[in-house]
Amino acid sequence: MSIAPAPRSFRSDAPADAAAARSEDYLWTLNFGPQHPATHTTLRLVLKLDGERVVDAMPEMGYLHSGFEKIGEHLTYNQYVTVTDRMNYISPMANNVAWHHAVEKLLGIDLTPRCRSIRTIIAELARISDHLLSNGAVGLDTGAFTFFLYAFYQREVIYDIFETLCGARFTNSWTRVGGVSHDFTPLVIEKIRTFVKTFPKTLNDMERLLTRNRIFVDRTKGVGVLSKDEAINGGATGPVARASGVTRDLRKDEPYLAYEDFDFQICCASAGDCYARYLVRMAEMRESLKIVAQAIENIPPGQVNVGIDQRTALPTKQQVYSTIEGTISHFELSMSNRGFEVPCGESYGATEAPNGELGFYLVGDGSDRAYRARCRPPSVLHFALFPQLIRGHTLSDVVAVLGSLNIIAAELDR
Amino acid sequence: MPHDPPAIDDVLATVTERFGALESTVFRGQTSLIVPEPQSFEVLSHLKEQGFDLLVDVSCVDYLEYRGAKQRYGLVYLLASTTTNQRITVRVFVDDPEPRVRSVEPLWRAADWLEREVWDLFGIHFAGHPDLRRLVMPEEFTAHPLRKDYPLQGRGERHNFPVITRDHS
Amino acid sequence: MALNMPGRQAMPGKIELPENVVVSRLDELANWCRKNSLWPMPFATACCGIELMATGASKHDLARFGAEVFRFSPRQCDLMIVAGRVVMKMLPVLQRIWQQMHEPKWCISMGACASTGGVFDTYAVVQGIDRFIPVDMYVPGCPPRPEQLIQAIIDLQDKIQREGTITGREFDTSQRQLRKRALVEADQLLTLDAARNPVAQRELSAAAHRT
Repeated sequence: MSIAPAPRSFRSDAPADAAAARSEDYLWTLNFGPQHPATHTTLRLVLKLDGERVVDAMPEMGYLHSGFEKIGEHLTYNQYVTVTDRMNYISPMANNVAWHHAVEKLLGIDLTPRCRSIRTIIAELARISDHLLSNGAVGLDTGAFTFFLYAFYQREVIYDIFETLCGARFTNSWTRVGGVSHDFTPLVIEKIRTFVKTFPKTLNDMERLLTRNRIFVDRTKGVGVLSKDEAINGGATGPVARASGVTRDLRKDEPYLAYEDFDFQICCASAGDCYARYLVRMAEMRESLKIVAQAIENIPPGQVNVGIDQRTALPTKQQVYSTIEGTISHFELSMSNRGFEVPCGESYGATEAPNGELGFYLVGDGSDRAYRARCRPPSVLHFALFPQLIRGHTLSDVVAVLGSLNIIAAELDR
Repeated sequence: MPHDPPAIDDVLATVTERFGALESTVFRGQTSLIVPEPQSFEVLSHLKEQGFDLLVDVSCVDYLEYRGAKQRYGLVYLLASTTTNQRITVRVFVDDPEPRVRSVEPLWRAADWLEREVWDLFGIHFAGHPDLRRLVMPEEFTAHPLRKDYPLQGRGERHNFPVITRDHS
Repeated sequence: MALNMPGRQAMPGKIELPENVVVSRLDELANWCRKNSLWPMPFATACCGIELMATGASKHDLARFGAEVFRFSPRQCDLMIVAGRVVMKMLPVLQRIWQQMHEPKWCISMGACASTGGVFDTYAVVQGIDRFIPVDMYVPGCPPRPEQLIQAIIDLQDKIQREGTITGREFDTSQRQLRKRALVEADQLLTLDAARNPVAQRELSAAAHRT
């Protein structure tokens, strides 16, 4: 078996006959990836070039397809959260929150106020972490190595918070059906408060490096323009769509968790080019920090997991040892042939992940494993938009556009 | 409190007016329209005219091992409206031996790759799709992995490669 | 190394060396040079790739150990770090890049997925890249902490210092490499593998000659 050859035809611009093909002899085909520093892990682009100008591009994916959706049919709802970590691996907490949001919607569970609040805080920290790496990668690909190192250092601070919370730097698998595995401790709250105080200064430093930097602006302004209609028709969501003028953000349009209680704005731009996407992500980081700053001072007290009567989250040890309902509930949830009841129905639950609308379409069949766990990844549709963004630009713009779309190969291929 | 999605009774009324009474279910606040396969394209383009401009997802469920299933494959189209924030699910059932559906790529460009993936993983043919070939599996792969009769560990394709040792490299 | 210390008696038959001369083998000098300037080729596919980037970033600095330059061209590197799961569509790419690297070259399999397939025992994921390319060091973890990767680089440096040769003789001979235990313990496997495994072919023909 050899590497898959270039596709037989480049779709819309493929010359239909031999004469037209001969007249296009001057075009040459360049294979970009799947191993290339600028492809964020395993993507492949087959470019048709006229000198340095890109005439057409054919993206190829599948170089990281691991069968996540088939695994979803064999693992329970609480086991599958470990697999969702490995999808958008630069913000795993956001994927955990999204998966359990979808599962709790299928089961019809309402979370406690405390759980909603702390999941919101962690989801926003994950959003900051994702945007830091995404913009850092754009900086790295266009040559700004210092910006990348600053971004990575801030991500280490966020990793430290996650490690204090649940023991793992990333791939945390922190949420459970009906609650979370580890509640906030005073040390975690203190670390988040410190982060809230020190992050704006670093963000200002980073902006000073790049936002009005002539080289960066020249490389990204006007490059890879996506119009509003193209964005909607192509299914783009998240910062990519918001940078083109689509004012859709699930945190405001279909509020979930505790977003209704906080005061923040959604960030949009109208230009739709790489520079606009960069600015939208920088602005979103500030808004996320605003949410975290408000939320961390107002965490409701009380239980974090849902009560025993819901029969989904494990009861506390006091309840197990002192009440009969606690004992029964613990037994039912721990035994492998019991688990909790799931309705025979289908539902779709979506959250606003840092990359866009991350949703899970779940089909329940009564057992504690999903019959079908379909993940709707935002990166697939963004990657499919790539050819229309890059036509007419040069080879060096390919790198800038690919970075600004923030395509994560694991989410793309699943 | 989970947010209740905006009501879509007006949209459903226009659908009933044009296509007759179609089966629909509501579960967890989400309306799901079940459309017979010959009418799927018309219903979806009607819904697009009614303002559902965002195609969120196209996916498929293989009901081979589901209790009470009548047809094997259920295609799921998730639509949303960016202006009114309404959502609707459209389900189309097709069956073996030759599952075929008309492609909605002319309506939404987003369907291009989503339908390619359904073809790749389930084997459902989309008539009218400009470039229906495999998306995530290698081109030489022959089976459709997400079908229920395909085993999780595969049938040996994953290790069918030459071995490179120190002497050869 | 034979350090020349002042006041030491010259042994009979040995050359007397002046004070400021150090004697060693050429192999050890070459190993010392090679181990302290390993240039990694990051073959980052998935989540381990992010921890690899974090290891190279400012908090856990991999450049302290000589691995300063993360060249992405196989022609310029000598250490391939496979970070992340390798699926069957990607495996020919991995093999081609391994063959494009020049000797002396080493391979670190970082993470559970590269070493054994990890959590993904599915139709698409290769259950361990050491089935198809030779691996020198395995780093367990999902993903391994940056400190673990640094420990693996240090262990690889020790391995190079111990076993390396200036001409790269250790890569040429299959006698110097131990046979995989699975091949030794299960003779039936030999015949199954024989169709596409040149090592097994050689064993079988050697066994046939012996009988």
